[in-house]
Amino acid sequence: MQNKVGREIPDAYLNDYALYESTKIGNPTIQKVAPKISVVKPGDEKLVASIEEAIDLAGLKDGMTISFHHHFREGDYVLNMVMDVIAKKGIKNLSIAPSSLADVHSEIVKHIESGVVTKVTTSGLRGKLGEAISNGLMDEPVILRSHGGRARAVETGEIQIDVAFLGVPSSDAYGNANGYKGESVCGSLGYAKIDAKHADKVILLTDNLVGYPNTPISISQTDVDYVVEVEAIGNPEGIGKGATRFTTNPKELRIAETVNQVITASPYFKDGFSFQTGTGGAALAVTRFLREEMLAKEIKASFALGGITKPMVDLLEEGLVEKILDVQDFDKGAALGMAKYEQQVEIDASCYASPYNKGAVVNQLDVVILSALEVDTKFNVNVMTGSDGVLRGAIGGHQDASNAKLTIISAPLVRGRIPTIVQDVTTVITPGDSIDVVVTEIGIAINPQRQDLIDCFTQAGLPVYTIEALQKEAEKIVGKASPIQFTDRVVALVEYRDGTLLDTICQVKD
Amino acid sequence: MMEIKQTAMAGTLESSDIQITLTPIAGATEIHLDSSVGKQFGEQIKQVITETLASYKVEHVRVDAVDRGALDCTIQARTQTVIQRGLDQVDQVNWEVL
Repeated sequence: MQNKVGREIPDAYLNDYALYESTKIGNPTIQKVAPKISVVKPGDEKLVASIEEAIDLAGLKDGMTISFHHHFREGDYVLNMVMDVIAKKGIKNLSIAPSSLADVHSEIVKHIESGVVTKVTTSGLRGKLGEAISNGLMDEPVILRSHGGRARAVETGEIQIDVAFLGVPSSDAYGNANGYKGESVCGSLGYAKIDAKHADKVILLTDNLVGYPNTPISISQTDVDYVVEVEAIGNPEGIGKGATRFTTNPKELRIAETVNQVITASPYFKDGFSFQTGTGGAALAVTRFLREEMLAKEIKASFALGGITKPMVDLLEEGLVEKILDVQDFDKGAALGMAKYEQQVEIDASCYASPYNKGAVVNQLDVVILSALEVDTKFNVNVMTGSDGVLRGAIGGHQDASNAKLTIISAPLVRGRIPTIVQDVTTVITPGDSIDVVVTEIGIAINPQRQDLIDCFTQAGLPVYTIEALQKEAEKIVGKASPIQFTDRVVALVEYRDGTLLDTICQVKD
Repeated sequence: MMEIKQTAMAGTLESSDIQITLTPIAGATEIHLDSSVGKQFGEQIKQVITETLASYKVEHVRVDAVDRGALDCTIQARTQTVIQRGLDQVDQVNWEVL
């Protein structure tokens, strides 16, 4: 059956899934679930001597679901450390449900090969793990969800976490924890907070055990079963690996300049506006250009959202942004900002982006700048599979934040010989209906659904193209690409944020 | 037919470039391509190399190409260079084929 983004979904998935219909999520009534609680009575202690002991006490068994957070990104030690202990204990057939996975987690390959892990759900897949899964490593397809979609799935019980292993930069022995006091800070614990609230058993791992009570309380003692002290939970330098360099690449700067022109020419650029940017050279450059315009026109933002970077914290310090709503920090500078500024406020993943609560912050967002591996002539975006069809990206908050009033995709026309603007994306991650403007180094394309923006940006003298014209320009440079060859075997399912099936990803040939 | 006299090389392994090595052999021409964009552009890259060899009437060579996403114009230029070097004619550019 074909879904509403024109993707053919194999019949095998039609029993378990509704097909993707629309970016409009409506007002459904949903039921949230609550975890089982093993009561902790007066006199009980939570501090245990080792990860192994915590696993035994939590009663981890074959076939259960465990979770982790990815706040340390490439600097994470916890997942690999815990998985090694679990493998040594001979526990098999686990489902793992981390909030995302990075290159550093490629060690999971060996646990899949040995049958310790048989199911995976995540936001991101990269490196050797992504490659192995694209080549058919797993029997069960991986389920890919956005950050908002995962929060929804945890809150509604689609993901039922038996044991959550959460690395925290500071905790007391009774389980009060936060992410910004200590040696290895990660800042916000926005993704971990959801797991702490919904897992049956919650095990905290910390390298910074402090006296009771540890405040501020991000994760509360009321949700925590055990606390384990370990030597190190992560390397803060690894959080921003490859994400925070200010670009000197003229193509990226040109794109950033145009993105800035799009924002400032839009009706949303006025006092009290709100915005979100991603990582990467162009996004950081946009923040810098935007700062100059805000100063020149005396415009302040009411809040910045996301994925927070140091340049956004600088805007807060300068008074150009009044509040930062922080679900995750993309570099050490932003993580340290959490401790320094009370206007940099931690929010959890549901509050950030879930489609199924009483209103997430993304609903209030004016402008968002997102990136893309591919954009097609229907404005659909792929941030998950590379030009060779292999899994090498993350949905992150892409599907969620793209519901902003002005959603801008910044992407070069081509990367080397790989076209970015194509006729059909390899994998649909964010439906074109939620994308408003695509910005490239030669000009911009506006979604025909947004005649208001077409009028606005044409009048402002911006270089407006049709998306088809941009695609042809790309093809003129690199030539016509042969389609990538896939087998019929599905290796990953892409959910839309509301849990409907958006696309499937198949095993690559040879 | 033009005879390749010696093993020759042109190009680098930088991104958006292609490194081509030409070796004379007794049998028919073989092209061995290792490309970062092989799945999408492999045939097109081989075709540009084949056409460029034909324009010089070069036969009986082994071509080893390591491609890092070069555009057609780059592939053509590197192939022409490696042929001229293989023919030992770097000082006598064959303007007719160019």
